[in-house]
Amino acid sequence: MNLDIHLDTQLNHPVIEEIEEHQIIPAIGTKSLNVFYDDFLAVRDVNLTIEKQKITALIGPSGCGKSTVLRAFNRMNDLIPVARTTGEVLFHGQNIYNENVDPVEVRKRIGMVFQKPNPFPKSIYENIAWGARINGFSGKKSNMDDLVEQTLRGAALWDEVKDKIQDSGLSLSGGQQQRLCIARTIAVRPDIILMDEPCSALDPISTLKIEELMRDLSEDYTIIIVTHNMQQAARVSDFTAFFTLTDDRAGVLMEFGPTTDLFTNPSKQVTEDYITGRFG
Amino acid sequence: MSQTEKQDRDYFSPKYNGSAPGLFEDNLNKRHRKGRIWKVIFQISTIIGIIALATLILKILNDTMGYAAIEYKQHPDALTSSGKPLDQMSCDELWPILSANVSKNRLRTIERDTPKDSLSQSGCYNLVIFEVAEPTAKKTWSLLESMLNYDEIQAITAEKYPDGDLQFKVWLNKSFILSPQSDDPLKAGIKTAILGSLYIIVIVILFSFPVGVAASIYLEEYATQNRFNRIIQTNINNLAGVPSIIYGMLGLAVFVRFLEPITSGTLFGIGDATTANGRTILSAGLTLSLLILPVVIINGQEAIRSVPNSLRQASYGMGATKWQTVWSHVLPNALPGILTGTILAVSRAFGETAPLVVVGAATFITFSPENVFSKFTSVPIQIYQWTARPQDAFQNIAAAAIIVLLVLLLILNAAAVLLRNRYSRRW
Repeated sequence: MNLDIHLDTQLNHPVIEEIEEHQIIPAIGTKSLNVFYDDFLAVRDVNLTIEKQKITALIGPSGCGKSTVLRAFNRMNDLIPVARTTGEVLFHGQNIYNENVDPVEVRKRIGMVFQKPNPFPKSIYENIAWGARINGFSGKKSNMDDLVEQTLRGAALWDEVKDKIQDSGLSLSGGQQQRLCIARTIAVRPDIILMDEPCSALDPISTLKIEELMRDLSEDYTIIIVTHNMQQAARVSDFTAFFTLTDDRAGVLMEFGPTTDLFTNPSKQVTEDYITGRFG
Repeated sequence: MSQTEKQDRDYFSPKYNGSAPGLFEDNLNKRHRKGRIWKVIFQISTIIGIIALATLILKILNDTMGYAAIEYKQHPDALTSSGKPLDQMSCDELWPILSANVSKNRLRTIERDTPKDSLSQSGCYNLVIFEVAEPTAKKTWSLLESMLNYDEIQAITAEKYPDGDLQFKVWLNKSFILSPQSDDPLKAGIKTAILGSLYIIVIVILFSFPVGVAASIYLEEYATQNRFNRIIQTNINNLAGVPSIIYGMLGLAVFVRFLEPITSGTLFGIGDATTANGRTILSAGLTLSLLILPVVIINGQEAIRSVPNSLRQASYGMGATKWQTVWSHVLPNALPGILTGTILAVSRAFGETAPLVVVGAATFITFSPENVFSKFTSVPIQIYQWTARPQDAFQNIAAAAIIVLLVLLLILNAAAVLLRNRYSRRW
């Protein structure tokens, strides 16, 4: 299944007109997305359009389904046996949940960085090279060396690790490990990078470095980040989606818009309550 | 002393009640005492285990050497006219003694089987001893008895076996390891059984390791949670506890009887079709493989389950397929655990006796196995047979065989542990 064919097809979605006047280029969007765990509806009717080469933050109180939505973007929910998804996730005009779409291909195009740094227990070099190799990297050894260097430079990690490239990925500090995970993800050249609370296990200085890195990466990649840290959302993101819980404990998208608007002038009372710290 | 100073000094004393007097009782000593009691219980348990093990090893070592009263048909000293002891004679000097004392036919057989030129001095010496002097061990004593009651032993020997010699024998010696089976405990060795055991264990490893690991990967990584798979899982868990003799009967029915053309090798044109009966090394190896397969699978599953899920997630998140995830991340990280489980299971197979008795280990073979379609015996089978014999000396060689078994197990485990450490680089 080749998704490239539809590279130019743009996503048409009513939400787009509502939120933005300027011409936006959508990277991925959801249409009536519902996610169930067994019979429990975890996320209800999410309609969201993510703009290309921007950073979109998903915020909201615990258990509101923002991580579930994030994982729905690259079908990571498929790995949970009881999870079930209805509705559409449109990527280059195609629903990635279509039967003829291979989730492996989806995850290659839409990479993911996790909450806890989880580098492979291999060398730093292998951490980068492995992803390229399994995805069919056909270059020679020297090309691979270049790819590893470029990727690590891209993740602002090269200067710190160039002398110990064959050391274990686990020998790095937490922040470096997380940047290695980001590097590992961009090594396979995805379109979109999903980040699930990437800084929650890191100290403030490492967090700052990751945030700077995210800003740099957003020139080439679309980034969607789940965060519990409102300051972080305000600092790094271009757009913010606020999720909350309904009475039946299903997560819903409450408000979505440019971060500056949402934080300075939220249109809903519950959003204002949340971002001002009155609940959550 | 001011009030604050006094309070500071008393702060860690159990009497100090802090800001909530009466809310907590002073039970710190009680808690510590409880901890100490449990510690002692744990220590005692460990000591019991160590004592049991030490007793076992000492008991066996005790039997592997000691005095033996040996009677000769012709006393070795009577064979020489020169007065030079036999064991200091060269082969050329020994050979005339041999030819003078055995029949012509026997001599011809000896010369054909073991020509003089092929023998070392000790080979010639043994030949003379066993062909001419024909020793028999009348009575043996353990090491402890030999050390403590030497006078008594001497008296008994002198009284009961006036023609006999009292010799200090180390039953576990080079010729014991290198000789084939025999019905004379002085000649009997363990070589046939060692080779049989090694052949069997190679088959067990070759069969149960790949099959077991593959099955555990399937059950952990691929199988979905449904009723059918749960039944399979339960069955495997139960099979691990089935008595080994049941596996022996399974092996008898399946490998010895049903698959006889394959296990006896006649299908491949190997072996003598007229005497083939499926009671071969291959049957034994496959039976023991089935015996340990559930254990290998369960251990493999345990090891695979202990690989952190975050690794799988990371791998899938980069566009890896299930196979790439399993092969590059799950297996390498589970390998040390898988190998540990397999080592333990193979060790169990190595010492297993009951199923081999049922499958039909040969009670008496003097020829080393040539291939997997040969008749066989194994070290534990040999020990079992020797301990069942009434003569004293067989108990001693059984003890020697136990030492051999333990040493072989030790070597096997050490090799496996080295292998494991070599291939499981820790990051």
